[in-house]
Amino acid sequence: MVENYKGLGMVIEPRQSVSIWRAGLAPVWAILASMAICAVLIAWAGASVLNAYALLIKGAFGSSFAIKETLTRSIPLIFTGLAVSVAFRAKFYNIGAEGQLYAGALAATFFGTGLITLPPVLMIPLLIITGAIAGGALLIVPVLLKTHLKVDEVVTTLLLNFVVLLLVSYLIEGPWKDPMSLGWPQAASIIDEGVFPLLLEKGRLHLGLIIAILFAILVWLMMRFTVLGYEIRAVGYNAKAAEFAGINVNRTVIITALISGGLAGIAGVSETAGLKGYLTLDLSPGFGYTGIAVAMLAQLNPLAVIPAAIFLSAVYVGSDAMSRAVNIPTYIADVLVGVSVLAVLCSVMFSQYRIRWLK
Amino acid sequence: MAAAPILEFRGVTKRFGALTANDNISLSLGQGEVLALLGENGAGKTTLMNILFGHYQADEGEILVDGEALPPGSTQAAISAGIGMVHQHFTLADNLTVLENITVGTESLWSWRQGNQANREKLARMIEDYGLVVDPDALVSTLSVGERQRVEILKALYRDARILILDEPTAVLTPQEADRLFETLKSITAKGLAVIFISHKLHEILAISTKVAVLRRGAIVGTLATKDAKREQLAELMVGRVVTRPKLSAVKRGAPVLEISNLSTSGGGSAALKNVDLVIHANEIVGIAGVAGNGQAVLADTLSGLIGNFSGSVNINGKELAAGDPRSIVASGVGRIPEDRHARGMIGDMEIWENLISEDLRSSDISYGGMVINGDRARERASEQIKEFDVRCEGPEAETKLLSGGNMQKLILSRALSRNPSFILANQPVRGLDEGAIAYVQGRLLEARQAGAAILLISEDLDELMSLTDRIAVIYHGNLSTPEPPEKRSIAEIGLMMAGQSQNNGGELQGVGHGY
Repeated sequence: MVENYKGLGMVIEPRQSVSIWRAGLAPVWAILASMAICAVLIAWAGASVLNAYALLIKGAFGSSFAIKETLTRSIPLIFTGLAVSVAFRAKFYNIGAEGQLYAGALAATFFGTGLITLPPVLMIPLLIITGAIAGGALLIVPVLLKTHLKVDEVVTTLLLNFVVLLLVSYLIEGPWKDPMSLGWPQAASIIDEGVFPLLLEKGRLHLGLIIAILFAILVWLMMRFTVLGYEIRAVGYNAKAAEFAGINVNRTVIITALISGGLAGIAGVSETAGLKGYLTLDLSPGFGYTGIAVAMLAQLNPLAVIPAAIFLSAVYVGSDAMSRAVNIPTYIADVLVGVSVLAVLCSVMFSQYRIRWLK
Repeated sequence: MAAAPILEFRGVTKRFGALTANDNISLSLGQGEVLALLGENGAGKTTLMNILFGHYQADEGEILVDGEALPPGSTQAAISAGIGMVHQHFTLADNLTVLENITVGTESLWSWRQGNQANREKLARMIEDYGLVVDPDALVSTLSVGERQRVEILKALYRDARILILDEPTAVLTPQEADRLFETLKSITAKGLAVIFISHKLHEILAISTKVAVLRRGAIVGTLATKDAKREQLAELMVGRVVTRPKLSAVKRGAPVLEISNLSTSGGGSAALKNVDLVIHANEIVGIAGVAGNGQAVLADTLSGLIGNFSGSVNINGKELAAGDPRSIVASGVGRIPEDRHARGMIGDMEIWENLISEDLRSSDISYGGMVINGDRARERASEQIKEFDVRCEGPEAETKLLSGGNMQKLILSRALSRNPSFILANQPVRGLDEGAIAYVQGRLLEARQAGAAILLISEDLDELMSLTDRIAVIYHGNLSTPEPPEKRSIAEIGLMMAGQSQNNGGELQGVGHGY
């Protein structure tokens, strides 16, 4: 396939051989490119570029507190990144991880604030399972609409995010509002048995990190070695050939959606029971959407989701510190993340194609 | 026609990376000539025409039209120099009329409908002159394939083409439609136009061309006047060696294996099956001829398990077909070769061994409890199949999309045949393959027949059907004729049946269903 853009004086041709060097390093090039592009913005804002980046890196990794904070922020991103990478692998474009995250948080709040009391070894798994079920359940309608009526899942999953947020808003300002919260819109606290233990004495780093890494390994094993993982990949790569071979495409897409929603739901449990301790409307500053960036940076590889999530978390944590020090808006973090996703898409393309300029 | 050539290639070379698609090609074409470009898939015919038409730019060499160099890489320049291309896959807008399709792009945007009457008259004159009969006001979506091709030709002529390129023009036509196309080409060349005719069908080339250029691996290996050319000589030039296609040997047919009775499907218009009856026995190949879109794909999909909704009965070895369940169908002893190996046959982004287990993923041979894939066993089995079917690749972990068409088809063949199926559905099994691969695939099918398989062969190539089948049936508008041995009907008769006319009265097909 040779794409022709002669009007632009160029032709895009496939490379004869794609070196692992090029393919594997695509995200690294992308990150460097996005840092170069954002340097222009930083300079424009009147700060020293090198100083700003030094502050960013220092803010993210410069102290044990910073490292712990970066890792803590990466936990929900690992879950939502996994959710997106599983779904996108089957070409089910779940843009609703944000809503599924809140669905998981709602379930954790419903079961974890006194309805059931169990010892922690049972209570924490119970919250995780119910949160996963809630996150998956939120995708049932969109996935059935897709498989049976061919309704575009991008639209339905995206719009459901707002529905869930409004539901959360209603619950924590109304029936679930904590009477002890001095008027703040927040739900009651998770009981002690359900709270994720801290991993280290100081800071906020909690058990969620271990669980997230465990799930990343599990998802990787599933995608690589199981029949289900095979079917998910086959459906995503070529649904017609999968169907011909006897794979039930609709069934596979439905299972994929449930797994994806479940993973995003656990992100909500982890934030509620691990970090905050109770449900509020600012539980997630867009972890569901950033999960898409994580998955793209990881090129949908479940293990690569871990470093990708830590990287993006570092960008957010570091840019907070940077903006405090040199007075650059924290939005620079969003720009950096956005540009790096675009850059990774470009660099993946350039690892397989090249541009030839016409004379 | 010894006058100055109207078109001349001088040393045209085109490389794609390490591959030389066109190697120092020099050719010339005079007025009124029909130049046939003969070559296997991948020999460089289409690349050369794409350079001529400005889709690609040659790395070396030049193209002269009327002695003047054609600006490279510009489709506009090619069109205004009088080059018209009729693509293999038509480039018409279904929702526009014939007239609109032909005139679109020839008028300035600001003069909409200004010249409508003049256009109409010009088109009517061309239809008259060249005998390309088609209704200018018909919607393209209502036209037959043959008519669409006429529209494509008219479109090129309307732009005052003097050199007409036809890329595999007969691939989608019945024999009669092809004859009609040849008549048209004769009337075109009689008016002084030149034609380049791309094909790999020798008999067509001998029938229509005045000059043949044979391409092999990007280079011209021979240019000769058609009147001096012999069929065997051309075949050998094209392939580079003598290739003999396998022939049917006499075998006594066995018990019925596939029994279809009164099979009908709903929807799909002329592609829906209507009361189809068919029995195929062990040691027997039954061929189905027909113009694409007359129900052969629906029949294949039904037998493959992709269509589960039908009435009537389909039995294999006396057991009812597991309708709509490809995995059970395969498990019950059916081997399937799909029509489109890229779209349905293989998953290009997966490794070879993964593609080879797709049909029996949950079997105990390949997985533990139908849950976890036994990768070692799957790779081992893939290695055996690669060896047995002589697939040229780096090993079971090679990426499937990097394989050539022939090697990919061998993989599909190995997946379908390695379980010794009692019934084989072969849908266009050699389409787009080179001679060597064709001979291999056909040989394998004949071996399977010898070993007792019942085979249904769906093909657009009547020569293939005539030489490879025990009986041939024709499908038209979802009606399947009674299969007859190939010697009972001529290619011309089969062609008429493909167009919906029975050989007796020339009227519409009578037989809805049971053996007319």
